[in-house]
Amino acid sequence: MQQLSTIALVGNPNTGKSTLFNALTGLKQKIANYPGVTVEKKVGYTAINGEKVRVVDLPGTYSLNPKQLDEKIAYEVLAGKYKHEPAPDLAIVLIDASNLDRNLYLATQVMDLGIPVVIALSMIDVAKERGIEINSEKISEKLGVPVIPIIAKNSGEAEKVRRHIEQNEIAAPGALAWNPGQELDEAVEYIIENWIKREMDIPERAWNIEALRFLGNDHAINEIPDIEKQHSLRNVVEKARNQLEKAGKNYSAEEVLRRYDFIEKCTGSSVSTSADVSENISDKIDEFVTHKYAGPVIFAAILLLMFQAIFSWAEPFMNLIDLTFIEAGNWVAETLPAGMLNDLLVEGVIAGLGGVVIFLPQIMFLFFFISILEGTGYMARAAFVMDGFMTRIGLHGRSVVPLMSGFACAIPGIMATRTIENWRDRLITIMVLPFMACSARLPVYALMIAAFIPDTSLFGIITLQGVTFFGLYIFGIVMAILSALVIKQFFSSKEQSPFIMELPAYKMPKWSSVAHNVYDRGKVFVVEAGRIILAISIVLWFLASFPNVEIPDNLRSAETSPELSAQTVSQAQLEASYKLEHSYAGQFGHLIEPVIEPLGFDWKIGIGLITSFAAREVMVGTLNTIYSVEDEGGEALSLQKKLQRDVNESTGEPVYNVWTALSLMVFFALAMQCMSTIAIVRRETNSWKWPAIMFIYMTGLAYLCSFIVYQVGMSL
Amino acid sequence: MKKLSEFDKKGTVKVINVKGDKALRILEMGITPGAVLNVIRAAPLGFPIEVKIRGYSLSLRESEAECIEIEFEV
Repeated sequence: MQQLSTIALVGNPNTGKSTLFNALTGLKQKIANYPGVTVEKKVGYTAINGEKVRVVDLPGTYSLNPKQLDEKIAYEVLAGKYKHEPAPDLAIVLIDASNLDRNLYLATQVMDLGIPVVIALSMIDVAKERGIEINSEKISEKLGVPVIPIIAKNSGEAEKVRRHIEQNEIAAPGALAWNPGQELDEAVEYIIENWIKREMDIPERAWNIEALRFLGNDHAINEIPDIEKQHSLRNVVEKARNQLEKAGKNYSAEEVLRRYDFIEKCTGSSVSTSADVSENISDKIDEFVTHKYAGPVIFAAILLLMFQAIFSWAEPFMNLIDLTFIEAGNWVAETLPAGMLNDLLVEGVIAGLGGVVIFLPQIMFLFFFISILEGTGYMARAAFVMDGFMTRIGLHGRSVVPLMSGFACAIPGIMATRTIENWRDRLITIMVLPFMACSARLPVYALMIAAFIPDTSLFGIITLQGVTFFGLYIFGIVMAILSALVIKQFFSSKEQSPFIMELPAYKMPKWSSVAHNVYDRGKVFVVEAGRIILAISIVLWFLASFPNVEIPDNLRSAETSPELSAQTVSQAQLEASYKLEHSYAGQFGHLIEPVIEPLGFDWKIGIGLITSFAAREVMVGTLNTIYSVEDEGGEALSLQKKLQRDVNESTGEPVYNVWTALSLMVFFALAMQCMSTIAIVRRETNSWKWPAIMFIYMTGLAYLCSFIVYQVGMSL
Repeated sequence: MKKLSEFDKKGTVKVINVKGDKALRILEMGITPGAVLNVIRAAPLGFPIEVKIRGYSLSLRESEAECIEIEFEV
C-alpha cells in the first residue's frame, strides 16, 4: 500500500457519512469553520497499517459542479485547489444502495479527479427491503474501482473499508472512465489546450473536470476573478460549445446525460429489482405526515411536545448550574481575602462562566431532538410541509424549527439554523431570529406590565395586562417577518441557489450519532462562543465596579443613626446603589441620558441598558440595585412600587408612566441586548460583520419604534 | 409542450426536456430526458411538490417544476 497522509470522505447528504466518519476516527475529531466562511470542517485521525492518517469529512454534496459554498469547498479540496487544506491522496465515496443512480453520479465525478477511489456501498439492507438486490462485485468491475458493501448503521463495518485500504494497492481510475463520447472529449481537450494549461495553476489531474465545469456552467466562468482572463476563457468555451451544438449536442446537458448512460449500464446487469416496489413503508408514513391538512397539524404537535420537553427537562439543570455557580462564587468570596481580585473572580469570571454554562442544557436538549428529527428523515418532511408558507415571507421550510427555538432562547435557535443548507436562507433566518420573544425578556415584561399596565378586564378573563403580554410576542413575530422581507431585497435573485430537496427514506436514528452531535454542539458553544461571552462579562463587571469611589459621610452616618437603621433599606444596599451610580456604567448612563430621553428613559434605565447587555433579565437586578430594593423583609417597598413612585427631581413629574413602560418594553422586544447572541452569531457566520450589522439594525429599529411609541403616546 | 408545474394531478409522466438556469442541478439529480417521473403529492398551498425519480423522493418548488417539460405517460 502506498503511503497515505490524507483521506477525504465524500458522499451525498443523508447517506450516513458522519456515522462512517465517526466509526473511522472515533472521538478524536476537530470541528471548526473553514477559514473565512461558515462551512464546518470536520477532521479526525485513523490508523492505516499502524500509521496515523488524517481523515477529512467533506460537506455532503450531490455533485462536484458546485452550486453552494459547502459543495464548492468539497470540490476544491478534492481537486487540490483549496489553499487551506492539503489535497487528499485517497477518496472514500459513500454510496446509498437504495438510491444507486444518483449516488453513483457523484462517484463518477470523484473518479475523474485522478486520485485513488474506494466506494463504500451502504444501506444494502434498506435496498434489500425494497426488493433491490445489488451485485457489488459486478458494479466494481464495471466502474473500475473497488466497491465495498457495508451496513453503515453498524460501526464495525468501517473496519471492512479500513482493511481494504490496508491490504490493497489502489490505483487512480482512468481518465473519464464514463466515456464522454468523441464530441465531448474534443471539447474538453480544446478547453484544456487553449486555456487551462496556460492560465490555471491547478494539478493536472483536475484539468478534465475543470474543463467540464466551464463547458456546462456559466457560473464557473464568472468565478474567474481576472476580467481579461474571464473574457479569454469565455471565447474558448464558446468555440467548444459551438462545435458541440453543430454535432447536435446540448452543451449543458451532454455531460450529465453521458454520465447517467454510463451509470445505467453499470447498474443494469448488477441490480435486480423485484416486481412490486411501488409502495414502501416511507410512502405509507408520508401519506399522513405530509398530508395537505394533517401535515401542518402533526408538525405543530411535534414542535409543541419538543419544546415542552426541552422546557421542563432543561429547567432543573439550569437551576442546578445557577446554584452551583452562586455557591462557588460565595465560597471564593469567603475564602480569598476581600479586594479587587476577589471581586474580579467572583463577579467577573465565575459569574461569566456561569453565564456560559447556563445555556448548555437548552442547547443540548434542542440538538438531541433535532438530531432525532434529522436522523429519522422527518426534518425534510417538515420543511416540505412548511416551505410554501415560509417562502412567502422570504424564509425557508427549514427555518421553522430554529425560529420556534428562538422563543426559548436565541442561542440554540441560531445554532439550529445549521440545518438550513442554503447560506442566504440561513443568514436571513439568523438575522431575524433574535426578534422572537426569548425567555430572558419575560422578567422585564413582567415587571413593567405589573407596575404600569392597568389590570382592567376586557372580556371576562382577558385583561389588558394579558393582551399587552400577548401583543409583545406578536410584535416580535411581525417584526421578524417584516425584517425578513426587507433583508431578502438585499440579495439578488441570482444568489438563490436551487432548492431541490431530497426526502430520504425513514429510518431509525443512530443513537451514537445523536450523542455525537449533541456533544459537538455543546463543545462548539462553550469553546467558541463561551470565550467571547466570558470576555464581555469581565468588561461589563469592570464598567459596573469602577472607579472605586469613597462612600460619602452622610451615607456612612446612617449606620449610627437609630431612626435610619430601623428602616428596611440596609446600609449595604445604599452603598451598592451609590457605587453603581458613580461607576463607569453609571457615568455612561448619565452620558446617554440626552439620547434616550426622547424615548422616555432616564439615566437609571440607561445604566440598565448597559448592564443588561450581559443578559436581558439583568435589567431587573440592576434596577433593584439602583433603587436599593431590599431582597427580603416584608416592609420593604417592592421594586414595582418604587418605580411607580419615582419622581423626576427637576419637573416633579413621575419618571414612569404607561408610555415609558410601553416604550421600554418595545425597546427590549427589538434591541440587540444580548452579548451571547452576538457571540454565537459571530461563531455561526464566522465573521464580525454580521453581528455588527445585526446590532446596529436591531438597536436602531428599537430606538425608532420606542421613539414613536413614547412621543405619540405622550402627545395623546 | 407541457411543464411539470402545470401538471396538477398525481401520476406518472415522462421527462422530455429540462431548460432554464436551474437545469443543471435538476439534470444532475437524475431528472434527465427520457426518465420516468412520478408525481406523488403537493404540499399545502400547492407547492412544493413531491416527485419520485429513479427510486427516490425529491421535493421541487414551483420555479424548478417550471424548468421541466413533460409528456403524459401512456
